[in-house]
Amino acid sequence: MSGNPQQEAALALGVQGLTVIGRPSDVEIISDITLTVRRGEICGLVGESGSGKTTLGLSLLAHCKRGTEVTRGAVEVAGTALTGLSEAEVRRLRGRAVAYIPQSPASALNPALRLRTQLAEALHSWNEEEQGTRADRVREVLREVALPDDDAFLARYPHQLSGGQQQRVAIAMAFIDRPDVIVMDEPTTGLDVTTQAHVLETIRSMTRQHGTAGVYISHDMAVVADLADEIAVMYRGEVVERGRAAEVLADPEHDYTRRLLRAVPLLKTSGHAEPEEDGGEPLLKISGLQAGYGSTTVLRGIDVEVRRGECVALLGESGSGKTTLSRSVAGLHTQFSGGLLLDGEQLAASSYRRTAEQRRRVQYIFQNPYEALNPRKRVRDLVLAPYTHLMGKPKDPDAVVHEALERAALPASYAARFPEQLSGGERQRVGIARAIATGPDLLICDEITSALDVSVQAEIVKLLRALQDDGMALLFVTHNIALVSNIAQKVAVLNKGEIVEYGPVGEVMSAPGHDYTRALIADTPDFELSFGESPMHRGAQAPEKAAGQ
Amino acid sequence: MSTATAAAAPGAAAPPRRPGLLRTAWRYHRTKIGVVLTAAVLLVAAVGPFVSPYSPTEMAGTPNATGIDGALFGTDNVGRDVLSRFLHGGYTLVAIAVLSALAGVAAGAVIGIVAGYLRNWADELLMRTNDMLLAFPQLVLALLLLSILGPQVWLIVVIIAVSHANRVARVVREATLKVVEQDFVKSAEAIGLPRWRIMASEILPNITSPLLVELGLRITYSVGTIATLSFLGMGLQPPTADWGLMINEGRVAITVQPWAVVLPVTAVAVLTIGANLITDGLSRASIGIDRGVEK
Repeated sequence: MSGNPQQEAALALGVQGLTVIGRPSDVEIISDITLTVRRGEICGLVGESGSGKTTLGLSLLAHCKRGTEVTRGAVEVAGTALTGLSEAEVRRLRGRAVAYIPQSPASALNPALRLRTQLAEALHSWNEEEQGTRADRVREVLREVALPDDDAFLARYPHQLSGGQQQRVAIAMAFIDRPDVIVMDEPTTGLDVTTQAHVLETIRSMTRQHGTAGVYISHDMAVVADLADEIAVMYRGEVVERGRAAEVLADPEHDYTRRLLRAVPLLKTSGHAEPEEDGGEPLLKISGLQAGYGSTTVLRGIDVEVRRGECVALLGESGSGKTTLSRSVAGLHTQFSGGLLLDGEQLAASSYRRTAEQRRRVQYIFQNPYEALNPRKRVRDLVLAPYTHLMGKPKDPDAVVHEALERAALPASYAARFPEQLSGGERQRVGIARAIATGPDLLICDEITSALDVSVQAEIVKLLRALQDDGMALLFVTHNIALVSNIAQKVAVLNKGEIVEYGPVGEVMSAPGHDYTRALIADTPDFELSFGESPMHRGAQAPEKAAGQ
Repeated sequence: MSTATAAAAPGAAAPPRRPGLLRTAWRYHRTKIGVVLTAAVLLVAAVGPFVSPYSPTEMAGTPNATGIDGALFGTDNVGRDVLSRFLHGGYTLVAIAVLSALAGVAAGAVIGIVAGYLRNWADELLMRTNDMLLAFPQLVLALLLLSILGPQVWLIVVIIAVSHANRVARVVREATLKVVEQDFVKSAEAIGLPRWRIMASEILPNITSPLLVELGLRITYSVGTIATLSFLGMGLQPPTADWGLMINEGRVAITVQPWAVVLPVTAVAVLTIGANLITDGLSRASIGIDRGVEK
C-alpha cells in the first residue's frame, strides 16, 4: 500500500472514538472505543460475553450485524479509513486490508467446497501477473500454517478435517491475501488444549513473520496473557484498561481487570487435603465398565471410585468418552456393561429401570446451561420438578425452592423468572439448584463451566466446593486441566476411551506418569498472578513452573 | 451481562421477557391486515344468518334476476335471494374448515412428537405410513371416499383432517427433533419422568410456534379444499346454502347474474389471503426476522 512507510510500520490499525448502537432501542453497544495496534503485534481484547467484543471486532471490518449501526468514530487500516466507504469499496478491502477468523471454523467453512476452491475464493483481488498464480499462493499459505499442501489435501472437503485443521484452514484463508490487520474472534474456544496450543503458535508466528497486526478477542485471560503484546479490557461496551500486556498483568489498574485475572484457575496448586480413607464401601464404584454406540466401543475397562464428600475429576479431550461415561452413570446412556455400583448395589442401565431412590441420589448437571432448562418453565417449576417426581409433593414447595436456590447462591426472588431472564452463569446455578433440591449423594457435573466465561466459572467452582464441604460427592467431568487441581481430590485421565492415569491430584499434577498427561499439562496456558491473593487460588503456594515439562 | 451473580439484590427487578410469539407477530402490518380481513369474513359467516332478509331456501323472485326490489344482489338460478344465501353460506364452510384444521393439526402434532421423540420402530412405522398416505393426491382421495360413502359433513371433516395430519406430522417431527437434542429433555429422562409427560410438558410447549404457523396454513388449505369439493358436488348438498356450492350453481348464468359467483368467490379469497397474512406474520415472528436490538 502507499503512504509513509515509517508511519505504516508503526501503526496498522487505528480506531478513534468508535460507537455502535443497536436498533430500534438506540442502546450503545460499544461506546467511544479508541484502540491502536502496531504491525507484527497482537492486541488481546478481553471481556466477558455481552461486553461488546464481537461487535467491536466486526466493526473493524466495517461490518455491522443486523440491527446495529456505527454512529460515531473512525476505523483506519494501514492509513485507509474504512468508515464512510461504500459497501462495494469495503468489500474490496476485506481480505486484503483486514481479514477475520471466526469462532467456529466448522460453520465458517463452506461444507460444499473443496479446500482448493475455498482458499482461492479469498483471493478475489489477486493479480496473477504480478503476484504469481493463485494456486501457488494457496500452497504457500497452507505450508505457512503447517498443513500439507499436496493435491490430495487440497481436494478435501472441510468435514474431512479435524477441528484444529479446520481452524488452521480458516487462519490460512485469513492470511492468504496478506492483510494488514487480522481480527480473531475466540478462534480457539471450541478446541482442545493441545490443538489450541498449536493454533496459537500458528497465529503468533504468522503475525510476526508478515508484520500483520492482530486483534485477538477472548474471555480467557490465560490465553491472552500467553499471546498478546498489548491488552485492552472491555467491560459493558467500553475499554476500561489498555496497555502493554506485561504491565496490565503485573499491575492492573481497573477493578474489573483484577477480577478477570483472579478468575483464572491456577494450573497447579498444592492440592487439597485428602479426605481420610474410611475403608468402607465407596459411594460409587465403577469396575470394568465398557460402553459404546452400536458396534463401536468408546470406553474400555474403566475403574473409578467416588467416596462420600470426595470430588473425582474425569479429565479428557473431546472424543475421549468422558461424556459417555458420565451419562452411563446417570442412566442416560444404556449401551454399557460392567460394574456400576451405588453403595454396593448394581445400578440398572436405564434411568427408567432404577428405583426412585437411586435416581434421587444421583443427579446430573448439564454442560450447556442455555439448553438444559426448559425455556417455557419458571425457575420455581424447574427446581421443583425432580423433587415432586421423585419424592412426592412437598408440604411447603416454596421452602424447597428457596433452600435450593439459596444453596446455589441465587436470591429467592429468582423463582418467578423464566430462563431467558437469566444470564449464563445464573442459568447454570439454576441447573445446580435443580440437582441439589432432592438432596442427592452424588452430583455428576458434565463440563458445567465450559460454556461460561472464566469469571463466572470461578464462582461456580467456588459453589461446588461449598457443596462438597457439605458432604456431597462430585464426579467432575472436564477438559480443562487447570480446573482439576482447583476442585478435585482425585483425577482420572481419559484418553481414547481408556483411563491412562488415575490418582490423587497432587501426585498426578506434579509427577504425571503418562505421556498424555504430560502433554496436556505442557499445552495448557499457565500464568501466575503477580498481585494479591485470589479466591480461586485458595491454598496455592507459588507453584513451581511446569515441573512436568 | 453474566456478571449479575448472587450479589444481585434480592428485590432487583427482573429483566423483561422477550414478547411472546403473538405479540411479536402483531407488530407486523401484514398480521394486522390479515386479522382485519379474516375477522370481516368470519363476521359475515357468524352474524350473517341472523341479519339475512330471507331464509336461504325461500323464493324471492324470478330466477337470475338483478335489480329487483327487496333483493340487493338479485336472485339465483332458482329464484332465491343471493344475499341471503351468501350470508347463510359461510358458517358451514368456516366451521368445517376450522374443525378439520384443528383436528388435523392435533393429530399431526401427536404423530410428529411421538415419532420424533421415540425414534425407534414406532417412528419408522408412523412416518412410512405417513409417506404412503402423502403419495395419494389429497383431492382424489377425498373424491374417492366421498363417492363411495356419500357426501356427509363428518366424512369431509375426517378426510381433510387426515390429509392435514400427514403434512403436519412431518413438520412437527422436524421441530421435535431439534427440541429433543436439548439437554432439558435429557434432564427429565434422568429423573425418570414418564415418556408421555416429557412429550406433553417438555416438548409440546417448545414447538408451539411451528404448530401455530401450521394451524393458520391448514385452515387456509381447508377452506380451499371444502370449496372445491362443494363446487364439484361432493361437499355440501343442495339446497344448503354454501359458498362453494353457490359458485357451482351460479357459474352457468354468470353473464346475466354475476353476483351469485362474485360474492362467495370474494369471501373465500379474502378469508384465504387474510389467514395467509396472519400465518406469514406468525412465521416471521417465530423465526425472529427483523427482531433488532431490544434492550
